[in-house]
Amino acid sequence: MATKTLELKASSASNSPSPGIRSTAVVAKLIDTSACIGCKACEVACQQWNDLPPETTVQLGSYQTLPEMTPNFWNLIRFNEQEDDNGALHWLMRKDQCMHCADPGCLAACPAPGAIVQYNNGIVDFQQENCIGCGYCIAGCPFNVPKLSKTTKKVYKCTLCVDRVSVGLEPACIKACPTSCLQFGTKEQMLQKANSRVNQLKAAGFKDARVYDPQGVGGASVVSVLAFGTFPEAYGLPADPNIPLSVQLWKSPLKWIGSLAMIGGIVGTFIHYLRFGPKIVKEDSAEEAAKGGD
Amino acid sequence: MEEKRVLRYTMTERLIHWLAGLSYIYLLVNGLFLWTPAMWWMAAVLGGGPLARATHPWVGLVFVAAVFYMYGIWRQDMKVTDTDRRWAKTIGSYVRNEEEVLPPTDARRSFDQWAPVDRFNLGQKYFFWAMFWAGIVLLLTGMVLWWTEYLPWSLRFLRYVSVILHPIAFLVTFGAFVIHVYMGTAVVRGGFTSVIRGEVTESWARHHHRLWLDRVLRGAPARK
Repeated sequence: MATKTLELKASSASNSPSPGIRSTAVVAKLIDTSACIGCKACEVACQQWNDLPPETTVQLGSYQTLPEMTPNFWNLIRFNEQEDDNGALHWLMRKDQCMHCADPGCLAACPAPGAIVQYNNGIVDFQQENCIGCGYCIAGCPFNVPKLSKTTKKVYKCTLCVDRVSVGLEPACIKACPTSCLQFGTKEQMLQKANSRVNQLKAAGFKDARVYDPQGVGGASVVSVLAFGTFPEAYGLPADPNIPLSVQLWKSPLKWIGSLAMIGGIVGTFIHYLRFGPKIVKEDSAEEAAKGGD
Repeated sequence: MEEKRVLRYTMTERLIHWLAGLSYIYLLVNGLFLWTPAMWWMAAVLGGGPLARATHPWVGLVFVAAVFYMYGIWRQDMKVTDTDRRWAKTIGSYVRNEEEVLPPTDARRSFDQWAPVDRFNLGQKYFFWAMFWAGIVLLLTGMVLWWTEYLPWSLRFLRYVSVILHPIAFLVTFGAFVIHVYMGTAVVRGGFTSVIRGEVTESWARHHHRLWLDRVLRGAPARK
């Protein structure tokens, strides 16, 4: 995808500050799951705009196209059935895609310089030409989003249509959505809309309605309205997503302690040599040698 | 007078040592640029990031296979004995090279201050076991990271465990490796040649591995 250097907020495996000096509004996509009719126009629009090869669908006994996203299928409508306290069945649909976290675990875990970037507007994007195919981003993501292609050995995911957004267009899925379940704008606008929709749902009797904007990853540029938001697992969403603890430990304390220990080890052996030098065995005299080993 | 030499490492032992050693160095260079972007330039040395990522697991298998082979041939020699535990008590003077200050004749007598050493000293044994156990951890966690795209989401804890244990096990091997290379080349003169050409002088063996030399001079094979 096109690199916009002046809007580059963060870049994976970088030793220096990112060059983004432009201040741009953080954008967000609003997914109002209560207005989703499961038409999958967004799935098609995503495939079409990004010109992705078609995936063979999998019969799951439901309306869901595939069990999960794939390297060339970045937008999946998930269908879940949930019974409420009164025994009534609810058919829950949710658009699954990259959440574009403000604090992206994929970017934190990535060891390849510039393979994962984050723009000032909040979009997190993979730069496949810099990707080495290690799959560490998969470990870093709490949403099971990055997909490693078995053929290209690169990871892929939703770009939030960074190419469209950067020329002032809305993402392709937004354009295709017939119910305004999907909306796009600044994060502020979308949170406002989400909150007013939640209030509307609460007034209509959905007392558990919530906005899903996970704070564990610093908030996201994909915000969802969930009618049963006190139990996001019903939609296949983690209740309290975070960058996995082991990834955090690995990238922060372990990396610094380990680097110091490695340097310390090398310096230590060097100083030992300066102080004590080698062990050189002098030849035993012939007489001593003849005596043998004591 | 040319001193008598004894065979310390057979051709097979030397080959397997260098198979492990060279594959370890490759894996080290390959792993370091994933450890920190400050070492990213090493990726270019190995033909670029994607190639290095693709070869790392295969070379890892070679390394682990070599270490397992060593376990097969050396596990008797590597057993920690009571003599080793006695030797450990005077390890401070070994580290300070205190046996070096005496003339050879006295030095040999003065060995009584130090417990005699068999084929490998305690440091070498600890090095071997560090590499062996870390190697197992690296193998298991490495398999998870190698095939990460095939691991179902329900088993993701394996991925979380692996991303942290793989570098921890690596750090253990790095510490062991630095000391091993330093001792084998800079400190214990003759050690490096012994694992290249296989032979050491009798004085060298008497000095560093007296129990082993006594056994070999009695006609026992070099390996237990």
